[in-house]
Amino acid sequence: MNSSVVVFPGSNCDRDVAVALKKMQFKNTMVWHKETKLPKSDLIVIPGGFSYGDYLRSGAIAGKSLIIEEVIKAANDGCLVLGICNGFQILTETGLLKGVLLRNKNLKFINRNVNVKVINNETKFTNKYKKNQILNINIAHNEGNYFTNTAHLKELNNENLIAFKYCDQDGNIKESFNPNGSLENIAGIFNMKKNILGMMPHPERMVDSLISNGDGVSLFSSLLK
Amino acid sequence: MKITNEVVENHGLKIDEYSNIKKLLNREPNLLELGIFSAMWNEHCSYKSSRKHLKNLFTKGTQVIQGPGENAGVIDIGDDDAIVFKIESHNHPSYIEPYQGAATGVGGILRDVFTMGARPIALLNSIHFGSPDHFRTKSLLNGVVSGIGGYGNCIGIPTVAGETKFNKTYNENILVNAMAVGHAKKNKIFYSKAKGLNKSVVYVGSKTGRDGIHGASMASAEFDENSEDKKPTVQVGDPFTEKLLMEACLELMKDESIISIQDMGAAGLTSSSVEMASKGELGIELNLEKIPCREENMTSYEIMLSESQERMLIILEDGKEDHARKIFKKWDLDFVVIGKTTNTNNLTLKYKKETQGEIPINALASEAPIYDRKWIKKKLPKKKIDLKELKKVKIEDALIKILSSANHSNKKWVTDQYDQMVMCDTVQKSGSNAAIIRIHGKDKAIAVSVDSSANYCKAHPITGGKQIVCENWRNLISVGAKPLAITNCLNFGNPENVEVMGEFAECLIGIRETCEFLNYPVVSGNVSFYNGTNKKNISPTPVIGGVGLIHKLEKPMNHKIKKDDSIIFLIGKTFGHLEQSAFFEEVYSILDGQPPEVNLANEKNNGENILELIKNDLVNSVHDVSSGGLIVALAEMCMGSGYGIKVNKPKKLTNLFKYFFGEDQSRYTIEVNKNNTEKVEQILKDSNIFYENIGTTQRDFFEIQDELKIDVKELYKINNQWYNNY
Repeated sequence: MNSSVVVFPGSNCDRDVAVALKKMQFKNTMVWHKETKLPKSDLIVIPGGFSYGDYLRSGAIAGKSLIIEEVIKAANDGCLVLGICNGFQILTETGLLKGVLLRNKNLKFINRNVNVKVINNETKFTNKYKKNQILNINIAHNEGNYFTNTAHLKELNNENLIAFKYCDQDGNIKESFNPNGSLENIAGIFNMKKNILGMMPHPERMVDSLISNGDGVSLFSSLLK
Repeated sequence: MKITNEVVENHGLKIDEYSNIKKLLNREPNLLELGIFSAMWNEHCSYKSSRKHLKNLFTKGTQVIQGPGENAGVIDIGDDDAIVFKIESHNHPSYIEPYQGAATGVGGILRDVFTMGARPIALLNSIHFGSPDHFRTKSLLNGVVSGIGGYGNCIGIPTVAGETKFNKTYNENILVNAMAVGHAKKNKIFYSKAKGLNKSVVYVGSKTGRDGIHGASMASAEFDENSEDKKPTVQVGDPFTEKLLMEACLELMKDESIISIQDMGAAGLTSSSVEMASKGELGIELNLEKIPCREENMTSYEIMLSESQERMLIILEDGKEDHARKIFKKWDLDFVVIGKTTNTNNLTLKYKKETQGEIPINALASEAPIYDRKWIKKKLPKKKIDLKELKKVKIEDALIKILSSANHSNKKWVTDQYDQMVMCDTVQKSGSNAAIIRIHGKDKAIAVSVDSSANYCKAHPITGGKQIVCENWRNLISVGAKPLAITNCLNFGNPENVEVMGEFAECLIGIRETCEFLNYPVVSGNVSFYNGTNKKNISPTPVIGGVGLIHKLEKPMNHKIKKDDSIIFLIGKTFGHLEQSAFFEEVYSILDGQPPEVNLANEKNNGENILELIKNDLVNSVHDVSSGGLIVALAEMCMGSGYGIKVNKPKKLTNLFKYFFGEDQSRYTIEVNKNNTEKVEQILKDSNIFYENIGTTQRDFFEIQDELKIDVKELYKINNQWYNNY
């Protein structure tokens, strides 16, 4: 399976994702933001980091970059797109995913492992997880507080477009286990066609038993199916 | 402008230093030249008070590739791998403007490391604040922590370890020390020494602005009530640009284009150009109208003294300009040839062909003043504290008091604000004895830790100096790493004060002796004097940053208990030294008496044997015994895991407070499987190491026979409440 990782100035999880993809047997290419053509890809990953220094608003400038046009085209043609952390923020800026990511409720950067629950496991990205499986997975962000309008929230719920929600270790979805103030504890969402996933947690940080648990493995192996 | 005595003093120069300048130039300097002298001759850049003592440090060893004197130290970790590291202070700016001060401290130290050709792989910090109830502490803590995080998180280097401490000695002068560690190929290290005539001198990175002018001079003076006015001397950081600069430099370093490279840190363009020329015994000519400026109408004086961040000076091989320019253009960075190397041995400053300043390089570097400042020895304090005269407390209450104190609380509130995982090689992060970082793509790793003990250093600087090196060494040993080398950040008060100078001289004696004994050389470092306000000096606070090597990373070692029903041994002898302990400080607010004695032979023997036990897979967990003594070490082993320990009463009749809270050195607690105890005891006996079987691990409860029994969850709660309540 061919993957492309888009690299913006300020991306800093690009190498981490590339290492994870390689480990999971993807044939990966790094794509510099000034390029105007994407290599043939089954999966495009927009990695985490601080693209363009998060100036203006996190993800805002990357959302208008040269390569992003190509990403939008490919996504509309059905290519799988995964946006992690800053990648999720960028996807909301392009409109490929609806809603916005506000500053964390406590106004601080948060890096720690949190529990998230797999809400929809019937997608290209999540089919190797069990429904309601609880993952312990690393988050690292300043702006992960997902917000959207009532109509879209309804759509997310009705169409089963919520991928992950923050929860406690037993899977209870409670406000006290919501690290960043996200609406309904949302940690990741799909677009209507479910070929695009945006998520704040970092699955690429959870594929190497020496540094973490393996809770990110199934996300990548789902894609290989 | 006429150079009056007032102008000289405003530049932080003494009148006799100014006479010396005139002698060296054979004339009066103009204002630009005076500014340059002031930038190069201040304490921060010239090390004029410290140099005499620094040269006695132990800096040699087969593991050392580059010792002190370069942008950072370099050590050999086998194969073709080298580790490049250094610690640096950013105390004064951080007190004036905590966010930017701390952020640019991180940025500066990262540049020191990638300038040498290394990709930074870890950040550490040692931050010291005033008393929690001092009115500025809370906002300084918030600002510094978000500044450190803001820079490191954005550039994408994990902040993996550090210390956060509170002590009223820092009420009006906090300490912010940042350490960076990088990985390079042994045969691809870059240095600052210029070589060759008529080589292009290139400016890359951010544009030059009016920020940070005279920052280094500001950092070379005490604070007074007008410190707020010094805000404009604080630089503003841009981690995004630094990320681009780092990637561009590392890309250019892949081939042979660079002759020498130096970051523009303290004293900006001045010190970087002088440093390169001085090391290469060459002259350097700069055309100041070519410098990319952020603001209009900047004067030569401002350009030369600006400390704008994220800038580098590079001397390129002939014909490599286009190749290099292309790389910097790709990363959207300025790239301008601003001058050349010359054979004049002068720093020549031109503006549109008009020479505005011309100073012999030697006058700025080797002829800079060196002071043999007077200092006095500190006697070992005599005063003994008699436990019997103090109000009685329960062991349990004393433990709770310590674990819930600002200095011994869990630092999650701090470390959660740092990205500790980015780069995906953080095997073990903050909260253990030392962090473990894997060398990317390999099965070896380094361990890193920063440590300080200001109270011990204040009480007796020689012992304190020894103790911190030992503690740092112990922390690396505890995670199974062979300690290789250190960097030190020497934070002291006003060196013109004989007691402060004595603290400095004697701490260094202690550090030197220990480094030599343990074969643990200093390869880089930084001195920060004038930490104090209105003649009140801070306690001497040398901070040691150590790097150790784990040859084969299979089972990372930490302090967390792994299972129930295993045996806990205490390694090393307990004498019950309570003076200068956390027990006296937290429970009775007494800070008096001598620090615990350091026995280097025991330290080495105990440490080497612990390392052996870890290598032979005979221990489940290891913790070093430090502040708070045995009881705190044991409690931490429990809280890290959720398992408990049942501790036996000490066999010999002894004072329980001394036994459990004493801070005797060279000690470790280890968890050993029952079927391994014989082997472990044999190894310890064979090496003449004193040890005690002190208890057994169990589920859920931390227990001392007949004294206390606490649910480990409760302990954890106690240990985690301070920051949330602050």
